[in-house]
Amino acid sequence: MTRLIRGAFVIARRDFTATVLSKTFLFFLLGPIFPLLVGGVFAGIGANVAVDRERPVIAVIASNADFERLSVARDRLAVAIDDQSVARLVHYLPEPDLAAQQERLLGMKDRPVRAVLSGGLDRPMLTGEVHPDGIAARQLGLIIADASAPRSEPPRIRVVPTDASSGSLARDRTRTAQIGQMVLFFLTLLLSGMVMSQLIEEKSNKIIEVVAAAMPIDAMFLGKLFAMLAASVVGIAVWTATGAALVGWLNSGGLSALPTPAVGWPEFLALAIVYFAMNYLLLGAVFLTIGAQASTAREVQTMSMPVTFGQLVIFGFAATAVGSPDSLRTLAAAIFPLSSPMVMLARAAERPDIWPHLVAIVWQVGWVAVILHLGAKLFRKTVMKSGPRTRWWRLRRT
Amino acid sequence: MLRQPQHERVETAPAVEAVELVKQFGETRAVDGVSLAVPAGSIYGLLGPNGAGKTTTLRMLLGIIDPSSGVRRVLGRERPLDAAHEVGYLPEERGLYPSMHARDAIAFMGALRGLSLREGRRRADALLADHGLGDWAKKPIRTLSKGMAQTVQLLGTIVHDPRLIVLDEPFAGLDAINQAKLEELIRSKARAGATIIFSTHVIAHAERLCERIAIVAQGRVVFEGGVDEARNRLRPIVRLRTRAEDGMWRSAIPEGARRDRGEWVFELPEGGPEPLLKALIDGGAGIEALAIERPGLHDAFVAIAGEAAAAAMGRQEPGQ
Repeated sequence: MTRLIRGAFVIARRDFTATVLSKTFLFFLLGPIFPLLVGGVFAGIGANVAVDRERPVIAVIASNADFERLSVARDRLAVAIDDQSVARLVHYLPEPDLAAQQERLLGMKDRPVRAVLSGGLDRPMLTGEVHPDGIAARQLGLIIADASAPRSEPPRIRVVPTDASSGSLARDRTRTAQIGQMVLFFLTLLLSGMVMSQLIEEKSNKIIEVVAAAMPIDAMFLGKLFAMLAASVVGIAVWTATGAALVGWLNSGGLSALPTPAVGWPEFLALAIVYFAMNYLLLGAVFLTIGAQASTAREVQTMSMPVTFGQLVIFGFAATAVGSPDSLRTLAAAIFPLSSPMVMLARAAERPDIWPHLVAIVWQVGWVAVILHLGAKLFRKTVMKSGPRTRWWRLRRT
Repeated sequence: MLRQPQHERVETAPAVEAVELVKQFGETRAVDGVSLAVPAGSIYGLLGPNGAGKTTTLRMLLGIIDPSSGVRRVLGRERPLDAAHEVGYLPEERGLYPSMHARDAIAFMGALRGLSLREGRRRADALLADHGLGDWAKKPIRTLSKGMAQTVQLLGTIVHDPRLIVLDEPFAGLDAINQAKLEELIRSKARAGATIIFSTHVIAHAERLCERIAIVAQGRVVFEGGVDEARNRLRPIVRLRTRAEDGMWRSAIPEGARRDRGEWVFELPEGGPEPLLKALIDGGAGIEALAIERPGLHDAFVAIAGEAAAAAMGRQEPGQ
């Protein structure tokens, strides 16, 4: 065991130094800025498009008096739900040729109109691209009903706020669980590609044999994995400390903006760190094993896409556990080693008991060891041999 | 903490032993029952053409790969990696991290074998200075010439002062000057008490350096023993030139003797040179020239491993 740890330390120290002190690490640190920028731009565009698309504009052909009543009724509805969710009404005075006016309004290019409401409050008629049971038609039904026979102001309900109710607490904790899983998933996703190419350097530089003759392959795998974990922790620390968006978010309420997880914030954050490490080590061990079979960067690139999809599937599996921490499905996802850290982090948000986490961590550590050992064995079998290469999928017992 | 080398102590057990080592890769049997014993403190050569199974044998001995069957023992340990801190290994395919400085590369290789990084750097500086590379200590490997980089890797192999040094085709790619330097380094390490095993397909190196050799052909050890023992397997060769074309003396020439550029060439008969000389003189041969040549390792190799293996070795050593 001492030899394993000492060997792993030598490899980890070399890899960590070579990674963090290289010029390319700066690009790694800057990496998340690009998707954030692109994401921000597209989110802005998408939001505008969504607002424009989802909020129907209804042209109302009515007298001034009728439109005034419709407008008041519409505003009352908008206060109760959300202004963005209620159809916009635009007023037009009736013209002699109603059919021609309707056609002209529906064909307007500068101010797209979904439908035209005509016939006043007594005999309302909606013409346009709307479904009779659609949201726009139903909203207009309510607005016309209210405008035709305005009711008195609704009674004022006395509201007594509490910190949480069981219903809202469960919902809010589910949100914390989802956010926790998402963060874990994306951080791991960022790093998996890097892990896959970890052994390419040694293989292409022919150093692998010197290392393999000096220590168990398991130690080399372990060292590489921890070096990448340490380098990624440096990256995450830098991103956390300098991310402008995160700083802004912290200023506007920070963690208090999120519902308190069931185990409490300190425990949750500690578990998040542990589960990040476990998630990284588990997935990293698998990717290191797969990547170790590759001889060139091209092979690694080819493997990257299926591996990323694999991660998405695992994330999807883990995500099904959110909201039902005691279900059989969740238990299965918690037992499956590759989804276990994400599931257990979600559980930390939803259930207060700590002991399942201790069991899960021991379980996950065991699996890291198993995967690393199997990976090292496969590596020794397929890579450390003379003559033509044996591919793992053609592996026979030797 | 590294154990201090005990070069003065008398070693009795073999430094390396292998019994019936077999390695099967799929349907290919790369090594087929190799047995050998390397005496401690000796220079031991593993001879054979490429593909004979030398590298696979060395990898099994070092614990890089496990044998399919058979037993190996390195410096008294059943599991070779248990002795890793006392072993230095230079693989056939050389390689270093290109961005590493020369001294760090040596120190890193020492660290792999249990040497502290600080001590490794200190020794690296001294070794580089001793080998005329002092000015290159803090230069990245990628800026070094191929020969310099090979020297750096060799120094990394011995930086932790190992008891056992294993060199796989160490002379490959080196020019004549560097080959001579490497031979001297091997001798000096052996003088200091280390056991050296090297594989080669160049018989001349083995002949000059080795006390014992193993000849490997098609995954098997076809001979294991001293260099003299290998050479003694063949009888000395007699080359005779006479003034007389015929006469009584011809009865002293054994059957199977051949003519080569006016000379008789044949194996020295069982009785030795004296009865032969007497018969030639008494028979009136009129000896013009007579030479008794001891067979070289190459001749022994041909006799032991066969013409095909020798031809393969010959093809692999142009200009050497």
